[in-house]
Amino acid sequence: MSEPGMVLNNPGQTSTREQDLISSVQGGQHELFYELVRPYERRVYAAALAILRNEQDAEDAAQEAMLKAFANIRQFRAEARFSTWLIQITVNESLMRRRRERTVPMEGIDDRRDEDSDYAPRDFADWREIPSEALERKEVRLRLAEALATLDRKYREVFVLRDMEHLNIQETAEALGITVASVKTRLLRARLMLRDLLAAGWEQGWFSRLPFEKGNKPW
Amino acid sequence: MVANCEQVCKEISNYVDGDVDAALRSTMDEHFRTCKQCASVLAGTRNVVQLYGDERMLEVPAGFGRRLEKRLAKNTAVDRRAWSSWSAWLVPVAAMALIAGGLQLAKVPTLRNFIRSQHAEPGNNIPPDLVVVVSSGAKLFHVPGCPFIHDKASERTMTAKEAMQEGYFPCTRCLRKYLKTSLTGHPGAEVADDAGVEANEEQRELLSTAGH
Repeated sequence: MSEPGMVLNNPGQTSTREQDLISSVQGGQHELFYELVRPYERRVYAAALAILRNEQDAEDAAQEAMLKAFANIRQFRAEARFSTWLIQITVNESLMRRRRERTVPMEGIDDRRDEDSDYAPRDFADWREIPSEALERKEVRLRLAEALATLDRKYREVFVLRDMEHLNIQETAEALGITVASVKTRLLRARLMLRDLLAAGWEQGWFSRLPFEKGNKPW
Repeated sequence: MVANCEQVCKEISNYVDGDVDAALRSTMDEHFRTCKQCASVLAGTRNVVQLYGDERMLEVPAGFGRRLEKRLAKNTAVDRRAWSSWSAWLVPVAAMALIAGGLQLAKVPTLRNFIRSQHAEPGNNIPPDLVVVVSSGAKLFHVPGCPFIHDKASERTMTAKEAMQEGYFPCTRCLRKYLKTSLTGHPGAEVADDAGVEANEEQRELLSTAGH
């Protein structure tokens, strides 16, 4: 498991402005720290929520992770990506809380399946692309979030870090302390399960007011 | 090479991520052209990645940012002390020096009378890091903007702790909320106090963020 101060083997993608802010905070201008982390507050919260599954716990963990990032800011090195470093601290904090509080996660739709067994997609309709405008509707976002919440945590965590936080496979593996092969296996299953859930959601009318062509499902 | 549906499904996530070699990609491309089911799985998987990868899916509870900012402002000063081992003991030493100095002053009535003005009152829980203003020839320290600052041209800014170390006493108008006794019925004091309290709040928040 990575420690907060760990530097990921990731090419520097930190912007000049962000690097300036980091240097300023490291140099003692602590009042700039919130400005530095503000662009990532939603990602930090989402990472915590994916692991803890409780809004209040996730907010507490997100705040605590930010404070730990502040306390360790001088250990951050420019060759790492700041957002990844921040997310990794958040994942560590959230996993630690979950272990400490011994919370029992709700069983997901696929919890009893062996991770290594194949997952067979269930719906083979002739879908087409769901326009991103669909996300303007809160109802759609809520439905998608609910679908995600039904996944077992090991799939949900990988999916959130990889597809929502946009960590790469290696970073996701490091953050969760699992192998690259496990990340790929879990990611495949998470994506396929969500695809089936969205297909079922289509049948239930989640996207019913979207401007799709008559007779076609949206992918 | 001909891929079957099972093989394609196993690699479909890697395919979406561009994490397959050229030969496998070509084989899968061919398969998708002829297999509607796998083409459906591919389209659906891409939809999942696109929709969930959208920034709009990252929602936070109302007021999240404000609460985060407040907590950071409140706690970063504490964390800063943890950074520097020297400052960890500097604070109690400075506090002890202040207490000792205060006791010495209390024992010397002539000096006490010398530094006190007619407007001075003992301080009560004045935040040591509060930014205050002093001016030459005066014995009081004020919040910036207090109308009772003498000789504004010679103003100096420092913390309340520094001001007290230099022998200044808190202005009973603008710092009334921290004093054991308060002026009442003084219109100037009321105006100065309201303005001062508001300024104090802003400054203390900024300073605690800055770790002073």
